[in-house]
Amino acid sequence: MRDLSLHLMDIIQNSITAKASRIYITFDADKSMDILKMTVADNGTGMDEELVKRVMDPFVTSRDTRKVGLGIPLLAASCERSSGSLSIDSAKGNGTVLMASFKLSHIDRPPLGDISETIATVVSSNPEVEVEFKLTSPNGSFEFSTEEIKQKLGEVPITHYEVLAWIKEYLNEGVKITFGGVLDEIYS
Amino acid sequence: MKSIAELEEIRRKTLDEINMRKNKDGIRIVVGMATCGIAAGARPVMNAFLEELKKRNISNVNVVMTGCIGVCRLEPIVEVINPDGEKVTYVKMTPEKAARIVAEHIVNGRVCTEYTIGAAEK
Repeated sequence: MRDLSLHLMDIIQNSITAKASRIYITFDADKSMDILKMTVADNGTGMDEELVKRVMDPFVTSRDTRKVGLGIPLLAASCERSSGSLSIDSAKGNGTVLMASFKLSHIDRPPLGDISETIATVVSSNPEVEVEFKLTSPNGSFEFSTEEIKQKLGEVPITHYEVLAWIKEYLNEGVKITFGGVLDEIYS
Repeated sequence: MKSIAELEEIRRKTLDEINMRKNKDGIRIVVGMATCGIAAGARPVMNAFLEELKKRNISNVNVVMTGCIGVCRLEPIVEVINPDGEKVTYVKMTPEKAARIVAEHIVNGRVCTEYTIGAAEK
């Protein structure tokens, strides 16, 4: 995976497969601690203790088309490459919380990537899932919630082109203001 | 600066057309979005479909995503399913191919044979 937004998309897919109706995503850039933290929390079916232990193994997957599942191992590799770590907290029936951390200034830390495209794509094909997104950095914070948007929209579906285009621009602006552009990422 | 208030305007603007089309029996475009698909570039492909449909103002087509379709070496894979259930599977997709499929397959009903799984597996 080239950047965090692609990893994020992959992890969100797991949540959707686990029948989550609510997904809460946060990015937290802490310059003083030099850590970038990504969390994805959902209210899906969750995993039992035994599966949580095995899920980092690339030869564990819930699907039946193949014997390998690389989503989580790839993210774990990205974390470890940039002296971070990945942890997963889950209980059957209680949803899952995934936390990935990276050293913010590490040369191998994947860039944030196009977060707005990831979220817009997820929203457009899973309109019934509520997505909450929060980005925090020393420059401030930015929040986004599909619930709020749906309330404003009323009977207009969130999957309408105009709405999706707006979501994308809104997210892009928010990410740019709070996280800065590419240069900010490099000099952070 | 974008604000939530702009949604009100979008709502007013789109409300009329929403009421006009409540047909559920459109074409479905299914994009494989598992780890294999995402790593191979499925997200830009899906986006290209959405953009192209928006550009042409086509509204009776649903673009959805699914998990692994099962032939990871041919990802990104896209299935175009017409209302009577007939399915065409396109493989090794790119945003450029997506634009062409909208123009030829979705609009004109001509399958782009050279992008299909049948042509790739020859």
